[in-house]
Amino acid sequence: VIAAVNDSFLVLILASAVLYGTPLLFAALGELLAERSGVLNLGVEGMMLVGAVSGFWAVQSVGGAGGISLAAALGVAAVAGAAMALIHAFLVITLRANQIVSGLALTIFAGAAGLSSYLGNDLDLAGAPAEHAFRPLDVFGLGSAPVVGPIVFDQSALVYLSWACVLAIGVYLARTRPGLNVRAVGESPASADAMGIDVTAYRYVHTLVGGAFAGVGGACFSLQITPQWVGGLTGGAGWIAVALVIFAFWRPDLCLVGAYLFGAYSALPFLLQSRGWLSGVPDEVFIALPYVMTIVVLVAVSSGAAKRRIGAPAALGVPYAREER
Amino acid sequence: VRFERRLEQPRWLTAAVPIGSIAVAFFLTAFVLLATRHDPLDTYRRLFDAAFFGNGALTATLVFCTPLVFTGLCAAAAFRMQLYNIGGEGQFYWGAIAAVGVALYLGDRGVDSTPVYVIAMVLAGALAGGAWAAIPALLRAFAKTNEIITSLMLNYVAGLVLTYLIIDSQSYWRDLDSFEGQTFPLGKSIPEEAKWPAWMLDQLGGVLVPLGFGLALVVAAVMWIVYWRTRFGYELQVIGDSPRTARFAGMRLRRKIVVVMCLSGAIAGVGGAAYEGDFAYQIDPTGLQTSFLGYTGIVVAALARYNPLAVVPVAFLLGGMLNAGFTLQGADFPSGLVGVMQGLILFCALGGEVLVRYRIRLGRLVARPEGAS
Repeated sequence: VIAAVNDSFLVLILASAVLYGTPLLFAALGELLAERSGVLNLGVEGMMLVGAVSGFWAVQSVGGAGGISLAAALGVAAVAGAAMALIHAFLVITLRANQIVSGLALTIFAGAAGLSSYLGNDLDLAGAPAEHAFRPLDVFGLGSAPVVGPIVFDQSALVYLSWACVLAIGVYLARTRPGLNVRAVGESPASADAMGIDVTAYRYVHTLVGGAFAGVGGACFSLQITPQWVGGLTGGAGWIAVALVIFAFWRPDLCLVGAYLFGAYSALPFLLQSRGWLSGVPDEVFIALPYVMTIVVLVAVSSGAAKRRIGAPAALGVPYAREER
Repeated sequence: VRFERRLEQPRWLTAAVPIGSIAVAFFLTAFVLLATRHDPLDTYRRLFDAAFFGNGALTATLVFCTPLVFTGLCAAAAFRMQLYNIGGEGQFYWGAIAAVGVALYLGDRGVDSTPVYVIAMVLAGALAGGAWAAIPALLRAFAKTNEIITSLMLNYVAGLVLTYLIIDSQSYWRDLDSFEGQTFPLGKSIPEEAKWPAWMLDQLGGVLVPLGFGLALVVAAVMWIVYWRTRFGYELQVIGDSPRTARFAGMRLRRKIVVVMCLSGAIAGVGGAAYEGDFAYQIDPTGLQTSFLGYTGIVVAALARYNPLAVVPVAFLLGGMLNAGFTLQGADFPSGLVGVMQGLILFCALGGEVLVRYRIRLGRLVARPEGAS
């Protein structure tokens, strides 16, 4: 009976929603940190791809035991993502460039037609499966427990890491001094500056950490979901993550809910295919679902809440220059 | 280091910055090449040969340049009023789909006049591109939905439509009759009369100039007149710089958002039509989706500082690089290199903006006595 329950469509879709939602969650958490400090980074897609390619390269070339190799790969992916974010940070914080155009430039530079694909081709990474990949852990041996087993206990270390991050960021932003400072920087950099907070340093650090999260999010694709290197394998997940931050009203807990909702949309085509359900409907309709739903949810959120601007940092996208206050 | 805001932007800097950005970007790309153990000088020599100096290089560069002028104008038209239409890619696909659809339909009706085909394809492309852009436009105007994300998401949807039409269905656009078409999913070719004319220029060792390029020049000129010499263009500029001022002055924001976004989409759509009429002649889902002509249009527009006339030379340069990227693609010229260079050019152009807007002074601010220089 348990096997039948755990094989039911509902349990499977929820379990895969967590799997496919994890990269979105990491990327959205990173973007949330950057945006809370007032920096809009539209380069998430590019940072994710560079994270994916460099994490994958690390696993292929570092060698060693699976666990160590994977941990090193996550570190490499995070550093690579942060390095990409540094370019954006320098342009928009120090040189006060237009944040929207700079973010787009980052996606073009790093994205599917840029650096990630250059590195993938130059290091000849395509075609081989990952030496090690993140696998479900079956925590406490509860992986086959009814319903909760596959959804909660039979997930990979990346999933548990993402939960820890949600918790940590939630506490950080609400309960710690630096966290409150970030919010001040994002809401009113001039007041924060007057309070003695270093606006530039806060913005740099959070943009860079945001990039590191995006890099790890990208590595979720190349080290768990796919798990191999394919050019442009994120397929717009970075953009969905940018939208997720808006749906989540800039709150980490709601990012988790939103990420799993969109994870479910991404998983749906595969599940329907394996069951042979709705085979009369073209696959493309289901593959388009996450993109279309992003628009639908964004419209729903923006028509009601945007008028009151729930959660959006007031100084989001505005460069801060002390002499122009 | 201190930044002082300039009261007036010197004219020479607005031209010097993009040119300087390109030079700096080539310099930075050399480091990427060195880091990945390639010889920068040799790579650049081959790049310029393939793009501009080699045999038939200019003809091939125009193949990439022509759609880029359209997608560059598409981005420039919208970005100028701070309306970020990232959907040029998808609007370009729809222009191609509609133009090929109309050409195939007219072919089935036995039409054999090329001008009729050209006019019908341009109109169909403009309508389809404009209609696809109307979705983010209306959402932005009436629901205040962020147009960046909606227009971008629609690119993926438009890409899936391409795949569906040629690979996953037996649509009107798919070639189901020929032997190749039955073994491998292929787009149906438009009739011979529907292929757009091109002119051979004997100078420069013979360059084939397609009709679409001429059309692109006309669109760029018209756009310059509209944006720089009409009240409509002036209002767009005001809306972009200060939506509040515009509203208090009684300008109709919503209507302008919808009009500009649809026009921008229509330009990309005509680009799609020209791409099909001039070069592709059939829907090729992989080819369209891997050339990134729509996204590159954003680089073109930003580097041209959203000036329609500057879009043409910039598109020519970046078109040359795209052409070289495709020609040279291989082990010692990994694909993706051109995207890296484009991104770096854009970064440098953005960084260079700071020179246009601010005067940079070294040293500390010292109080000077009155009258001293």
